[in-house]
Amino acid sequence: MAYKIVASQCTNCTACEALCPNLAISEAKGTFVIDPAKCTECIGHFDTPQCVAICPVDDTCVVDAVYPRYQA
Amino acid sequence: MTEALIPDTYSSEPAVDIADVMQKLAEHKGCGTEGGSGKASCGSSAGPADMPEEIWEKVKNHPCYSEEAHHHYARMHVAVAPACNIQCNYCNRKYDCANESRPGVVSERLTPEQASKKVLAVASTIPQMTVLGIAGPGDPLANPGKTFETFRLISEVAPDIKLCLSTNGLALPDWVDEIAKYKVDHVTITINMVDPEVGQHIYPWIFWENKRLQGYEAAKILTERQLLGLEMLTERGILAKINSVMIPGINDKHLVEVNKAVKSRGAFLHNIMPLISAPEHGTVFGLNGQRGPTAQELKALQDECEGDMNMMRHCRQCRADAVGLLGEDRSAEFTTDKIMAMEVNYDAEGRKAYQQAVEAERQAKVEAKKSELDGLDAAGDMKILVAVATKGHGIINEHFGHAKEFQIYELSAKGAKFVGHRRVDLYCKGGYGEEDALDTVIKAINDCHAVFVAKIGGCPKADLTAAGIEPIDAYAHEFIEQSALAWFKGYLAKVEAGEIVHTERGDAAIRQGALLSQAS
Ligand code: SF4
Ligand code: SF4
Repeated sequence: MAYKIVASQCTNCTACEALCPNLAISEAKGTFVIDPAKCTECIGHFDTPQCVAICPVDDTCVVDAVYPRYQA
Repeated sequence: MTEALIPDTYSSEPAVDIADVMQKLAEHKGCGTEGGSGKASCGSSAGPADMPEEIWEKVKNHPCYSEEAHHHYARMHVAVAPACNIQCNYCNRKYDCANESRPGVVSERLTPEQASKKVLAVASTIPQMTVLGIAGPGDPLANPGKTFETFRLISEVAPDIKLCLSTNGLALPDWVDEIAKYKVDHVTITINMVDPEVGQHIYPWIFWENKRLQGYEAAKILTERQLLGLEMLTERGILAKINSVMIPGINDKHLVEVNKAVKSRGAFLHNIMPLISAPEHGTVFGLNGQRGPTAQELKALQDECEGDMNMMRHCRQCRADAVGLLGEDRSAEFTTDKIMAMEVNYDAEGRKAYQQAVEAERQAKVEAKKSELDGLDAAGDMKILVAVATKGHGIINEHFGHAKEFQIYELSAKGAKFVGHRRVDLYCKGGYGEEDALDTVIKAINDCHAVFVAKIGGCPKADLTAAGIEPIDAYAHEFIEQSALAWFKGYLAKVEAGEIVHTERGDAAIRQGALLSQAS
């Protein structure tokens, strides 16, 4: 698993970008996206995924089940 | 005229007519008040007499803090800080926040470089622009890099521009020293409670030490940080203003306690604003039907707190990307594209000359309006409100039908005191649906005995009279306070002679809906 951002919900507030311990989040085409190859679900860094914790819109940073769970 | 705006209005070949710019400024719908009882005044009836000299020096030209200054000087906000670290029930981050002067995060975002260029462009075009604020769209201190870089860039080129910022206070203690370093002299903290029991109903969560905290725990940390931050500002001599949003049934009574808590920690001004709440805002409060206060409820609370400290009554809850004098917004002239295409020559000398002329005008006005207090004893304990249609400069100079807002003065034995304003613009976008404009106005000033205008048509005159509000055009183009008091003396005489019976007026409604950028 990795996390992904539901583009239609994202307000472009930039808050998640600065918090990601893996620099997995960046702005692309007017919204923010998570690079699944870099996202570790914050495992090894924080108890909770930072993007989920800071995002002002509920259910915007969500699990992307397409990817297998991150192995620390 | 936007394309033609050339920043340097003092150059020999201005592409924009300076007279045109000044005319625009003169037309602004601001409050031209001279303050309470014959003295230049700040934020409320309080003025130099009851405000320490050094504070008065700092705030007297600040359009957000001095009700007298704000039609002479302008402020602008730049939206460089989109991220936020708390969630408030009156805010929906997708849209403009009506309560905390923030545009929605979907609005234009500026980089520090763009922002500083914008500030210099505006300052060179509008010599009144003396204050730069960063208030959002999120929390400036949740975006410290962008916020302080913007301050740094501006202070390098334009050290005469005052810097201020507004914050929810959560991160404030961490940044007080940086704030001092950039000589930020005004910090506004939004404090809606000092008791977590109350706070948990206002703040669903905060982001704290890499976790999302909720409920009582979150509100407890928030209030501790806010008050600590306030104390640290006071210690360093940085002016702190407190904003509070009045939420009936949640913190309305509690705000008296907030007022005491912030006053004892050195806040110099407390601004209590009405909650602006409607379902279409998509906020928690908007959706759950939480109402805002009525005009009477708001004024009662402001009066109750005023005994303790300076209250600010003229706040229009303008947006974080606003440009212009309070109550007007010229931000459309300064979009990023236009600014980046501008060549900016910062004209410090020209600005200074302009500001000196303004100072002279202000002094003259204070002199011109003395006296008028004699013969008011007959008022006894009577206090009545009157509404005034004005374009600014302290004069009754707006047509009733053109007024986008009315200034409210309280008349009593103590004289005429500015106590606030009622906006009547955008009535169709606001909360009053399809009703006609006149109904909107009557609702907004229903607590007033009279309305002073430069001119008024026959129909509205009759309708106002029927509603018990006396329309008065006899003082067109005269000073507001002198005129209001002259009328008040006549009113008192008639009451004494038994010609009329003094009655109390009812309550008035506060228009709901944010002050939009392209308000028309
Ligand atoms: S879950 Fe953590 S690592 Fe993954 S994108 Fe969000 S902040 Fe970055
Ligand atoms: S925190 Fe949420 S709303 Fe803000 S940029 Fe990230 S995904 Fe978008």
